[in-house]
Amino acid sequence: MALQPAASRFDERERTLVAEPARRQGWRVSLLARLARRRAAAAGLALLVVLLASAVFAPRVSPHDPVGIAPQDARVPPGPAYWFGTDQFGRDVFSRVLYGGRTSLGVGLIAVAIGAIPGTLLGLVAGYRGGRSEAVIMHVMDLLLAFPGILLALVIVAALGPGLAKAMIAVGIASIPRFTRVVHATVLSAKQNLYVEAARAIGAGETVVMFRHILPNVFAPLVVLSTLGVGLAILNAAALSFLGLGAQPPTPEWGAMVAETRDYLRAAWWASTFPGLAIMLAVLAVNLVGDGLRDVLDPRLRLR
Amino acid sequence: MRRYLARRLLGTVGVLLGVAAITFLIMRLLPGDVAQMLLSEWGASAEQVKTLRRQLGQDEPLHPQFARFLWRAAQGDLGRSIHTHRAVVQEIVSQFSSTLQLTLAGLIIGVGLGIVLGVLAAFRENTWVDGVSMGLALLGVCIPNYWLGLVMIYIFSLRLGWFPAIGVGGWERLVLPAMVLGIGVAAVIARLTRSSLLEILRQEYIVTARAKGLPQRIVLLRHALRNALIPVVAIVGLNFGNLLSGAVVIETVFSRQGLGRLTITAILGKDFTLVQGTVLFSALVYAVTNLLVDLTYAVIDPRITYG
Repeated sequence: MALQPAASRFDERERTLVAEPARRQGWRVSLLARLARRRAAAAGLALLVVLLASAVFAPRVSPHDPVGIAPQDARVPPGPAYWFGTDQFGRDVFSRVLYGGRTSLGVGLIAVAIGAIPGTLLGLVAGYRGGRSEAVIMHVMDLLLAFPGILLALVIVAALGPGLAKAMIAVGIASIPRFTRVVHATVLSAKQNLYVEAARAIGAGETVVMFRHILPNVFAPLVVLSTLGVGLAILNAAALSFLGLGAQPPTPEWGAMVAETRDYLRAAWWASTFPGLAIMLAVLAVNLVGDGLRDVLDPRLRLR
Repeated sequence: MRRYLARRLLGTVGVLLGVAAITFLIMRLLPGDVAQMLLSEWGASAEQVKTLRRQLGQDEPLHPQFARFLWRAAQGDLGRSIHTHRAVVQEIVSQFSSTLQLTLAGLIIGVGLGIVLGVLAAFRENTWVDGVSMGLALLGVCIPNYWLGLVMIYIFSLRLGWFPAIGVGGWERLVLPAMVLGIGVAAVIARLTRSSLLEILRQEYIVTARAKGLPQRIVLLRHALRNALIPVVAIVGLNFGNLLSGAVVIETVFSRQGLGRLTITAILGKDFTLVQGTVLFSALVYAVTNLLVDLTYAVIDPRITYG
């Protein structure tokens, strides 16, 4: 948590600037500033930065080889030599958690992209076109939502076969309906705007109206949903790995690490505790940022 | 009411048909060739692959296969497991009671804990009680349930020895898994109870109740809480889906038998008919629960009428 003081200093500085200059800096800066002014969101942001940095710089920061086996050092408890201890193969848990972040966070981000891009396009088309395309798209989405929880992802993995990339695709596809539903609802209200009618009146084509005039309205809910979606994707992908359907050993991945070491719980609690803690912190960070973004961007979304 | 019921029943049947179609298509289209995948591990000849494909009824085009699958499913026949050759329905029935026990216990813990946390947070809005309750609710959403299960096993089974760690049978083997399953639900319910209660507390009839001198306890419990819980009932149905899918993971952690374990074993063993059957059955339970919840809704909230 080395970055926390830095972030709160940032918080203070921004607070002294308050509203005036923030407006001139454009929404990008002001969004970040407004986010940093909320204590919970700032903490989440700082935590996220630490986790991302440790994942990106894992090769430089890791004290040991994440897959290097050292039988003589098996199940060493946490201490100065191995901060998080070692697992049953003598692998350094700390290094594995750092490298695991590359897999788990990366999978979370890509899975959201896999869900958000088609989900947004489908919602846009359904909401703008209406009629038959709307009926078909929204009915299919309702069907996908009829699979309880993680089950749709499970079915897709069952068909594709186990593997990290496949689990990521499955989690992504399973999240499409969430994006489609929200984008659809937003587009329905956005297309009532006068400027949309004006654009059509001066002869703008369907694509131009959809992407130039309607899509920007979707921005706020989409950013919030995607951020919260990253947390869900990390949880679900790690759960698939835990079940043996995602990352395969010896790949360091948080869910798979918990699964691999759970038989040695009594002898080496640390080996499964730290990767699980990492999942929780990552999801917590993303949720804090997502909740903050929701409050800043679109307070109406609050009760959802 | 009768017309509403008929429409909802028809809708549920439609959704289940759709779920069956999607599951069927995913299973048949994506993997390429099931027979080849199953036999490749033993290095089977092309002739053997062909024979198995015929046995599985996969040498035909898709739509007669699907029509036959639906026709049989409607009669309660979901085919036979590729590995054990037992009827899929029989496999499901033998596992379901254990999962039902787990999900119901999880539901009770989740709803109870969630309402208590939500009520505390709302009645003490913006105090430390509120902060702690909502902090716990946030953690409940972020904790991976399988990991929480392992932590509970470590503390309550391995260290304290209060409960057996694994297996099925007796309430003492139900406590830990049901707690883990319930905590995720409790987190969602706590948040909703809080926001729903805060909204109600601003209503005029609460002011009226207070103005006529009713004791605080009566106002809060009888006038506020009863109304605030109506939306909570509505999401219990949705959460039952989370419980069902959560059981998949929890049953693995606690080595319990059940529907979830059956599903995972089937997926790992590439037993496609079994996967198809368990998923369809879960969707059926989920759909029926939601239907029942919606109907209950009408009973507890007299403002809702069905046309």
